[in-house]
Amino acid sequence: MTALPDTTKRKLGLVIDLDTCVGCHACVIACKGWNTQVHGAPLSDTDPYGAAPEGTFLNRIHSYEVQPANAPAQIVHFPKSCLHCEDAPCVTVCPTGASFKREEDGIVLVNEDDCMGCGLCAWACPYGAREMDAAAGVMKKCTLCVDRIYNEHLPEIDRVPACVRTCPAGARHFGDLGDPDSDVSQLVAARGGFDLMPEQGTKPVNKYLPPRPRDQGAIGADEGDIDVLAPYLAPVTEGPGGFLGWLDRALGQLPGGRG
Amino acid sequence: MNTHTPSPRVSDEVRKTTCYMCACRCGIDVHMKDGQVAYIEGNRDHPVNRGVLCAKGSAGIMQVNAPSRLRAPLKRVGPRGSGQFEEITWEEALETAASWLKPLRESAPEKLAFFTGRDQSQSFTSFWAQAFGTPNYAAHGGFCSVNMAAAGIYTMGGAFWEFGQPDWERTRLFLLFGVAEDHDSNPIKMGLGRLKARGARVVSVNPIRTGYNAIADDWLGITPGTDGLLILALVHELLKAGRVDLEYLARFTNAPVLVNAGDGPEAGLFLRDAGGKPLVIDSATGEAVPFDAPGVLPDLAGSLDRDGATHRSVFQLLAERYLGPAHAPEAVADRCGIPAPRIRALAAEIARAAFDAPVVIDQPWTDFRGIRHDRMVGRPVSFHAMRGISAHANGFQTARALHLLQILLGTVEAPGGFRFKPPYPKPVEAHPRPNATCRPGTPLAGPHLGFPLGPEDLCINDDGTPQRIDKAFSWEHPMSAHGLMHMVIPNAHAGDPYRIDTLFLYMANMSWNSSMNSTAAMAALTERAADGEYVIPRIIYSDAYASEMVAYADLILPDTTYLERHDCISLLDRPISEAEAAADAIRWPVVAPDRDVRAFQSVLIDLGARLGLPGFVKDDGTAAYADYADYIVNHQRRTGVGPLAGFRGAEGTQGGRGAPNPRQLDRYIANGGFWVTHVPDEAAFFKPWNRVYQNWAVEMGFYDAPQPYLFQLYSEPMRRFQLAAEGHGPHQPPEHLREGLRAAMDPLPHWSPPFGADTAQDYPLHALTQRPMAMYHSWGSQNAWLRQIHGVNPLYLPTRVWQAHGFADGDWARVTSPHGTIEVPVAHMAALNEHTIWTWNAIGKRRGAWALDPDAPEATKGFLLNHLIGALLPARGDGHRWANSDPVTGQAAWFDLRVKIERVAPRHSAKPLYPPVGSPVPKGVRLLRWRVGK
Repeated sequence: MTALPDTTKRKLGLVIDLDTCVGCHACVIACKGWNTQVHGAPLSDTDPYGAAPEGTFLNRIHSYEVQPANAPAQIVHFPKSCLHCEDAPCVTVCPTGASFKREEDGIVLVNEDDCMGCGLCAWACPYGAREMDAAAGVMKKCTLCVDRIYNEHLPEIDRVPACVRTCPAGARHFGDLGDPDSDVSQLVAARGGFDLMPEQGTKPVNKYLPPRPRDQGAIGADEGDIDVLAPYLAPVTEGPGGFLGWLDRALGQLPGGRG
Repeated sequence: MNTHTPSPRVSDEVRKTTCYMCACRCGIDVHMKDGQVAYIEGNRDHPVNRGVLCAKGSAGIMQVNAPSRLRAPLKRVGPRGSGQFEEITWEEALETAASWLKPLRESAPEKLAFFTGRDQSQSFTSFWAQAFGTPNYAAHGGFCSVNMAAAGIYTMGGAFWEFGQPDWERTRLFLLFGVAEDHDSNPIKMGLGRLKARGARVVSVNPIRTGYNAIADDWLGITPGTDGLLILALVHELLKAGRVDLEYLARFTNAPVLVNAGDGPEAGLFLRDAGGKPLVIDSATGEAVPFDAPGVLPDLAGSLDRDGATHRSVFQLLAERYLGPAHAPEAVADRCGIPAPRIRALAAEIARAAFDAPVVIDQPWTDFRGIRHDRMVGRPVSFHAMRGISAHANGFQTARALHLLQILLGTVEAPGGFRFKPPYPKPVEAHPRPNATCRPGTPLAGPHLGFPLGPEDLCINDDGTPQRIDKAFSWEHPMSAHGLMHMVIPNAHAGDPYRIDTLFLYMANMSWNSSMNSTAAMAALTERAADGEYVIPRIIYSDAYASEMVAYADLILPDTTYLERHDCISLLDRPISEAEAAADAIRWPVVAPDRDVRAFQSVLIDLGARLGLPGFVKDDGTAAYADYADYIVNHQRRTGVGPLAGFRGAEGTQGGRGAPNPRQLDRYIANGGFWVTHVPDEAAFFKPWNRVYQNWAVEMGFYDAPQPYLFQLYSEPMRRFQLAAEGHGPHQPPEHLREGLRAAMDPLPHWSPPFGADTAQDYPLHALTQRPMAMYHSWGSQNAWLRQIHGVNPLYLPTRVWQAHGFADGDWARVTSPHGTIEVPVAHMAALNEHTIWTWNAIGKRRGAWALDPDAPEATKGFLLNHLIGALLPARGDGHRWANSDPVTGQAAWFDLRVKIERVAPRHSAKPLYPPVGSPVPKGVRLLRWRVGK
């Protein structure tokens, strides 16, 4: 079994804004494209043009429907990848030491040379965030694009995970969640960021920002309660003829109008 | 332990070009390794996408290696529809095409129907068709969203999508209307992200709460086809409360223009001066003056008696109409499926956002009347609409209604509102009129597509019959500015208005998901006349992929993928500009084709030369252009104005106008594949009326003289058609269209029930489709990565229907419309209008197409709603063929579909199930590991 570091110098991770994610899958494909090219074995696809195409993805989007009691149903798009947990059960369960968490930045990685493809880590992960590559027979997972974020061949601005760089809605943020002053920590504090399934005790580094309350207009308005806004629709006068009377007065007040 | 290198080599080289996975046209960085495409990401410098890229864009790599890519020119050897082909040389292919087309041009050019689908080179393809001389040319706008484009141009000189954008930085309330998760893909997502980041409110009006609607703060799950009712109820409430921008209306719109309120041939037309300028009442003097008289503030409440007729301002007419009780929230709530208090609350929220806290920019500017404004003041409410509101028979009027709402609030071209992207705004008068009169061996006198201003501009013969095969610009659809591509095959098959010889299609899947009633389309393409000849005798098709349409053509001209070709994204076409910048871009071959394929535009250039078309040959008869790249650089539409506006002049220093620059494409490539120039600060807003903008637009070559104009709340061109329908004027419609025209051509926005409302009792449900965001406008179904995201398309049913029929997970349903029946898998969805069912469009594929296995889920369980949608309305017994299209513009009324549903036992495959077509390409790999280089 493999040991976790007692502490890590930094806690690099993602902050994912569920209020903003439109479920476009841009992050899914950017991740696939980058990670099939550089780190470890390529992310394979079996039967890519057949009846049951199945490929390795390090990041997927799930969509859920929520039906509140007194408001319209909602859809939440939920991107999910490795959360780089502080108490990562996928690491401690690994029989060969292939799974490990880095002391310098907290990233959880798989050393593919040592991975024998036993799949224990995937069973141990409560989030289902690891995928066995069918062609390579090794376990694949989000690396936080460890081959981008320190990559001196990339301009500094591009040293972020591929999913963050590509997200059109700006719903994905990357940074050091161990530093309370970092932008991502500030965002988590301001927006009430939360841990996914905290009861699992894995202490995930990645955080999610909750959707803001939806359909506040529906609750109440459907019952005729628009008091706050009612003054905005106070009639200027009754009936079409009266309207033109109001119009005459209003036009007289325009700059350069009929004084 | 740690085996990775922290700084692996990313690529040998980055080649910057333009994406073509949808209509968005983002800049992309194509990373190359060992001469192959390794990775695609967004170009950070590009004005459209600023570095981000959607799923389609990143998956472009799977398009370049797709097994469905056609490999060589093909000649049909089996019966049509069989997919049996033989590979031929390009010389044979081009000579065959030329031998078919040349006699047509010399005898009856209209017997060629040339229609291009998702073509991004329309200024070029239309130029070719014009030189050929056929009246029968258009692209896919007629079955997509001409209502949106035409309503925008006629009302305000520009439209949503490529023509304009919300002021994302300043708007505080954003309202998004309409089904479809589309135009323009990345800018909308980026904009929504910016709104969310600063806490602006997003309200969506859409029967389906997917995608952008899922993140809306408020969702109004409106009943399809009733958006116009809702919008006019908002107008009612805002007018009643005086929450409209009177100064804006007086200065910048035709609200103060005087309309003849009498009877007779002038009724409803504008009062004009001798020079033809519409008149307004000057508030200062009470005199009638031309609308653009220096310094004048027009009187919104003006009226005038002249020559025995009373003339009243547009504003009075519209106030009377929309203040009427028919437009009250209570009167529309049931039909819209939205409670009246909710409508009123939305109106109040709009009023508050628009008028409580105006956006003020300390930037003086001067308007076209010479009035200096010391600041730019705007209303921070913006609107955007997807094609859902427009794909109805009432879509044009609905889009007009939305523009009316925007304009009443003063939120168009004002800070915080909706902004045009150069070369828009441009008044309808500055656009061409349509041309369709053809003569053998002669080019058309002008462009095919345009904007009629009255009956005299229609493309009809002296006997009133349509000149075009699709009946565009006829009395059936007077303002069909994009043509009616969806009617070409049905009309050519019926010989109505005449028979054609050759159907030439580019990039349009007309035997499958791009035709209404695909079953009927396949039958029309394969039907033989008594003499054994096909009713549509010859079909030429160009596509890059083995789409369903390939099997139905006689001659295939295989196109390249978008990474293997030159293209220009031109200001003469659909621009990629931003509100504060004019921009255009190129594609260039970042990889060479590994197959015997050619870019379609270069093929047209070759064909043009073989046919000796004017503009395609020099005086000595030799080819004028070597290929499309040569054309892009050297063609001049007007002196100094060519397909690309950047790096013009011998030194490449001129923008907009300038002599051709032989090194222009190199300059684009060095600049990242695009060119951009910024709108001057003083010209950033109020562009239609802003002197600095107007002068800049002339400098840039958008037009040759300043074109200030008023927004057309009241559409006089529509009134001219309505007058004809009322019996006035020399151009008279056929009797059977008179009453319909009178209603449809209402010069003030109005709502009418969509088609099918009369069959609501038998077919109680609305049925809609949309493409998923990850596939919108893309050829995604054969894309190995994207099809893993969207490989199936259940029919989504709302809770009410789900429960009423006792559906359970895994169930199937039989769905019936007046045109047909399908049997398909279903799924429950609660976030859906309770009278609406829907599915993802074009996931369903014909077996044998796209190099997919015949048992791929797209081919077995995937399905199209198209089989339920007629190109024609049910016969009325009057002998006429009534198109299922908007009577104003001819836009395909896809979303007027009504159905009934019943539960059936689970099936192995969806119905109808067609026999497989033969595939002209080999099967794909069984295992994909796309890593290139060492």
